[in-house]
Amino acid sequence: MEDLRFQHSVRTRAGGARQSAIVGVVASGNLEVLVERVLPDAECAIEIRTAAVGFGEVWTAVIGDFVERYSPGGLRFSINDGGARPDTVSLRLAQAVRLITENGQ
Amino acid sequence: MTTPLEDVTPAERARSTSFYEASARTRLELLLDAGSFAEFIGPEQREVSPHLKIFDLPEQFDDGIVVGHGRLDDSPVFVAAQEGRFMGGAFGEVHGAKLIGLLRAASQIASMPVLILFDTGGVRLQEANAGELAIAEIMRAVMEARSAGVKVVGLIGGRSGCYGGGGLIAGCCSALAVSEPGRIAVSGPEVIETNRGVEEFDSRDRALVWRTMGGKHRRLLGAADVFADDNVQDFREAALELLGLIGPFGLDRLKAEQERLADRLSRYGACLDAVDIWAAQGIAHAETVPQLPADQFITLADRIGRTSRDAR
Repeated sequence: MEDLRFQHSVRTRAGGARQSAIVGVVASGNLEVLVERVLPDAECAIEIRTAAVGFGEVWTAVIGDFVERYSPGGLRFSINDGGARPDTVSLRLAQAVRLITENGQ
Repeated sequence: MTTPLEDVTPAERARSTSFYEASARTRLELLLDAGSFAEFIGPEQREVSPHLKIFDLPEQFDDGIVVGHGRLDDSPVFVAAQEGRFMGGAFGEVHGAKLIGLLRAASQIASMPVLILFDTGGVRLQEANAGELAIAEIMRAVMEARSAGVKVVGLIGGRSGCYGGGGLIAGCCSALAVSEPGRIAVSGPEVIETNRGVEEFDSRDRALVWRTMGGKHRRLLGAADVFADDNVQDFREAALELLGLIGPFGLDRLKAEQERLADRLSRYGACLDAVDIWAAQGIAHAETVPQLPADQFITLADRIGRTSRDAR
């Protein structure tokens, strides 16, 4: 297992009022993303525990692209990864943002 | 043109969602009245397994089981749903403790039924002792809940089926609903083959696996009370039907169940294959049962395999 942490400053706060949301499951080639609204509006943090060791550079690129595209201010993402491919990671992150910015509790 | 998502009613969504394919969370969302689910010990509390880290294995924030309460046709129910894709839905220490706690709460309240959406290969091997203990404690908690007047319904239709200790717990429930891909057994196909040889059970013979452990056979044998088509709405309706059917629980009921099982063994104990059992039950062209569509099978099962309501 490998632990990775990313911290980004972002332009805008993520919309919506929901406090947390979860997508995905931990299985081979899959991951779960827990997203919580716990940070100041201009910050975003991503904590990853992954079964695939040695892919820090790929994660850096995928997370950088995600933060640039969605500006998820105020959100902390916690990821348990079962060795998902980068496209699956991007998809789950996008689903997590969409879920927490939806209306509802 | 497809219909926009917001124009689809919850029942339509549940009808078009495969129970087998859905995640534990999606199953609960669509099984219960819309928006009524509230979780106990949710993923944000991070009550993860204390064992998996030792084996350098990934954890899941809910340890592979979602427990909580909600409403079913406006009546309150407790629910537990296993995530069959995380470690085969297997029981570990935390996973088991969440279900035990739910069942004990149900015993104390004594009026709210419990729905268990099984999806499990049994005990998680990395947590063997804790997992085995959890199975024993859950079985006791189910029987204590039933003794307190709680209806405990098992719904089985997930990709991991209901095996090992999960099969034992299912056997303790007040009633079960199963779909065709849902399988119920204790030892799985590979386990039997490993221990008894390929002549005893060829685990690669999928047709043999389905007709021995699959939902249709379990329904015809009376092990499951209702057969559901593979969508969440059918399971919702099956749960409602079963909650209406389950009678009071006591020693008489256990004696009747023992009698039912003894009678089943004396009737079919000499049969070598599920098809022989179906033929002995008087089903014409028994070999065609696996090909029957759900509606035709339900008609057949209602004629043949109704469990005596005095039993269980």
